[in-house]
Amino acid sequence: MAERKVGWEPQGKHTLVGKEIQRLDGPLKASGQAKYANDTNPPGTLFAKLLTSPHAHAKLVMLNLDKAKAVKGVKAVIAMAEVGQEVRFEGWPIVAIAAERPEYAEDGLRAIEIKFDVLSHFVDEADLKGAQAAEVTDGGEKVTLTKSLGTQKKGDVETALKEAKTVHKGYYGIHTITHMCLEPHGSHAAWDGDKLNVAISTQGVSIVAGQYAKPFGIDEASVSIKCDFIGGGFGSKFAVDEWDVACAKLAKETGKPVRLLLSRATEMQIAGNRPSAFIEVTTACDAEGKLTAWDSHHWGTNGPKGSTVALTVTPYVFDPPNRTRTATGIITHCGPDRAWRAPNHPQACAYSQTALDDLAAKAGLDCLTFFQRNLGLTNVPHIYGPELEIAAKLMDWKTKWHPRGQGGGNGPVKRGIGLALHTWGGGPHQSNVQLKVYPDGSVEVTMGSQDIGTGTRTCIAQVAADTFGLPMSAVKVNIGSNKYPKAGPSGGSTTIGGVSGPTRRTAQQALWKIFDLVAAKYNVDAGTLSAKFGMLWSGDKEVCTWKQAASLVGPMALELQGGPVTEDEKLTDKQVGGVQMAEVAVDTETGVVRMVKMVAVQDIGLIVNRLLARSQVYGALIMGIAYSLTEERIMDNKTGRFINANLVDYKLPRIGDIGDLVVEFYEPEDQYKRGVIGLGEPPVIAPGAAISNAVANAIGVRVPVLPLTPKRVLDALKGAGA
Amino acid sequence: MKAFEYARPETEAEAIEFLGTNAGQTAVLAGGTDLVSLMKAELLTPARVVDLKRIPSLREVTRVDGGVQIGSLTTLSELAQHPLLGGYRSLFDVIDGVRAIQVQGSGTIGGDLCHLPNCWYFRGGYGLLATENGVSLPEVGDNRYHAILGNSGPAKFVNASRFAPALMAWGAKVRIIGPSPEQAEWVPLEYFYITPKTNSQGNTVLKPGQLISHVWLPDAAETASATYEVLQMEGLDWPLASAGVCVEVDGGLVRSARIVMGHVAPVPWLATEAARPLIGRPLNDDTAGMVADAAVARTTPLSMNEYKVQLARTAVKRALLKAVGKLDI
Repeated sequence: MAERKVGWEPQGKHTLVGKEIQRLDGPLKASGQAKYANDTNPPGTLFAKLLTSPHAHAKLVMLNLDKAKAVKGVKAVIAMAEVGQEVRFEGWPIVAIAAERPEYAEDGLRAIEIKFDVLSHFVDEADLKGAQAAEVTDGGEKVTLTKSLGTQKKGDVETALKEAKTVHKGYYGIHTITHMCLEPHGSHAAWDGDKLNVAISTQGVSIVAGQYAKPFGIDEASVSIKCDFIGGGFGSKFAVDEWDVACAKLAKETGKPVRLLLSRATEMQIAGNRPSAFIEVTTACDAEGKLTAWDSHHWGTNGPKGSTVALTVTPYVFDPPNRTRTATGIITHCGPDRAWRAPNHPQACAYSQTALDDLAAKAGLDCLTFFQRNLGLTNVPHIYGPELEIAAKLMDWKTKWHPRGQGGGNGPVKRGIGLALHTWGGGPHQSNVQLKVYPDGSVEVTMGSQDIGTGTRTCIAQVAADTFGLPMSAVKVNIGSNKYPKAGPSGGSTTIGGVSGPTRRTAQQALWKIFDLVAAKYNVDAGTLSAKFGMLWSGDKEVCTWKQAASLVGPMALELQGGPVTEDEKLTDKQVGGVQMAEVAVDTETGVVRMVKMVAVQDIGLIVNRLLARSQVYGALIMGIAYSLTEERIMDNKTGRFINANLVDYKLPRIGDIGDLVVEFYEPEDQYKRGVIGLGEPPVIAPGAAISNAVANAIGVRVPVLPLTPKRVLDALKGAGA
Repeated sequence: MKAFEYARPETEAEAIEFLGTNAGQTAVLAGGTDLVSLMKAELLTPARVVDLKRIPSLREVTRVDGGVQIGSLTTLSELAQHPLLGGYRSLFDVIDGVRAIQVQGSGTIGGDLCHLPNCWYFRGGYGLLATENGVSLPEVGDNRYHAILGNSGPAKFVNASRFAPALMAWGAKVRIIGPSPEQAEWVPLEYFYITPKTNSQGNTVLKPGQLISHVWLPDAAETASATYEVLQMEGLDWPLASAGVCVEVDGGLVRSARIVMGHVAPVPWLATEAARPLIGRPLNDDTAGMVADAAVARTTPLSMNEYKVQLARTAVKRALLKAVGKLDI
């Protein structure tokens, strides 16, 4: 008998894996039939609303809920903050009210009697000196708003700077953005005796139930979590939040189901953001353009905790022999951060590779050449090298590149190109699977997983159908419940490997059992059997149909359980590199930056679904263009408020702002053989630096801080005397 | 949103009756693209909303003596398709600039003219003048989108209307009806807007019980026109600065020019003086640039918005060149 080995077929031999297959739930989503947690609204549901703090920093000195409780239609009112407590950012939840109708809940909110002692605040994330000088108290005690996050040294920076051919000093920054999930955070909670049934928008179907059990003193087994679809998470939806607990409390108190969704403003204020970072850097290279030194201090905020981007990713991707890096966190009265798609990386890439691009320009080098010469300082030079070649061809780099500001043309609109590199892990998470082959030949795969954009359902079905030689329609996939076999949360680009690995192995094992049954029944050698086109084959000879084979499992389904993938199975891998190039057109009379084209070249090992993989990269590029050009949390220093916490002033690009997107996967056989690697995060990392570098190439001046708004572009041009 | 009474008049007179004269008690619903947001934010809390959409006379575009009369409830899409309006190029530039078909389909010309400022302090509940404990928030806070002209008084917001610069350049008038059903008067658009000194003054001459029923435009004749809006994004976005211009050119020389700048001051900003040197000269890159320089010569930017001077300048120059088909961007 041929060896039965868990693994993927050789490159090019899969029938469905690696192909372009449309998202199975696409029609449901496009037609509105897909029911999100936010759509859960069975008859009898009460509507809950929050009263939140309008102040960035204040002490709650009076709270009287009596009048609110007496409002018509109001069924329950609970305090989420106590008198005497300090609130530390705008949007801090204070009261939750459940009522028969949303308007009644709002009437209730208006009837709350509340008083604050407003305290001084600090919200200017870029202003390190201001933070050091700020007079701010917490709990009556004067506090220091800056926190040293340490210094790390390697080599001898001082000597390297002295000996360098070219030294560049610069300042760069990237502002805070929010996750802006179009489906806001929230849940629908319904009690059935001591059992709690929750529909919640979550990235962790299998991990959140326990977070309900404790506050209510019930068993985790009594909590049912349902999340069939998610309208955006990006790292902000791993937990049961205090408003979700409030929702379940209101449901308990009223004996009725309750629905509590954050308003858009509250969603933006408190449900997560990506920390800011600003950096002063001195960097240097030798006569050959080899990066020799990096000396930096960066600061920024993630809200009340007072942290910023990790030291360890500075400078990003390139690790020069001599390097000193220091970071300072700023405590601000801004909403708290949450993991945002590739935590730390987009900011680090934006402030590092812009500085390196400036160094290259000062050294008189094409930045492509400069980056190529320094690939030895990266973790995956063997990936970046060929990817740079591919990207340069797709961008027509050699034709389009010009020294800074020398793009020609007499008109005010200048073109430029830029590039950046990124890396990410993307190894698989721990997921379990239940796989059933029914006697009628149908297949069912069940996992307590979720789909945050991966195309989880589609990819699971694809792997199972491919393994059994069946069409996609033969496989049913169940995800979205904590009652299913537990699966890891969707974060860190872990899902595709996490779900496809166990599905492949378990499907192979099921198939081998069926091979044995077929071999016995039809008197063929099991080692010669294969499953394709809905048939079982012995070599190139038809043995029986899939249905005939499946019927051999007996009156009940063949059921297998599978655990998480292991490294030695070689179904999955981790660590990728990617190259992105941007082309922009900058109107130097208005400061408006238009995207012309972006090229993304990415390795992801074995591609499960080419269409969905490409879509992931498109989505990442669009998100990257957003934070590069328009998207920014604007805190008002005077009032301490997030003054653009709405979808008008918080500018998100529309399709006309995106330009031409070109996605290419780097997939030679050695990459394919690594198995499946996650893709969700890596392509969102490089756009900031690539686009900023393209703008510098176009106009001859660095616009140091992202996003590159008309104001910043014109201010930079003016500062340069252009 | 607070509960309110909904009234749906079928004539102008009925509308005025429903509107009443108690300030703040009623609100006019045109396309609803902004009113609903203002009510959700409880910046407006009318006891009664008067929906004008069922009044036929407010939706008509008709030829009248010396010009065209446009019902204030005419939507942007209807304007764009109307055969009587083909000569008013600057209006199409505005409609194109709105880009979102949802807003083009429901937004109205009257609604746009009465659009309340987008100043984030106003929208955040600090009143039209955006003060907190007597301090002007735009003056000490984030004023990147605020006024660079006409901002020496307490009002620092910019007028939000996108049509006003174009319409004022055309010399448009608005017909104001109310507060009693038989009252109606025509007011030149340049006298319609005011720079308030107090929060309660509002930013137009409309008194409680009044609304705009129609807009009048003179015959387009040989006048060339254009609007140039500086938009950061290709999608739905408010202009950072704009300019509407009307130019008459005779034998290659400018006979008349009217320029109005938008989104730079609490009112649409008529740059009459700046346009004067154009008369009798050809309109080209140099003369347009000279006029644009003059249009922004007396700007008084706030702490963060000096860049808007450059934007306003560019908008004027480009609108002029666009009007005569010489804009090459």
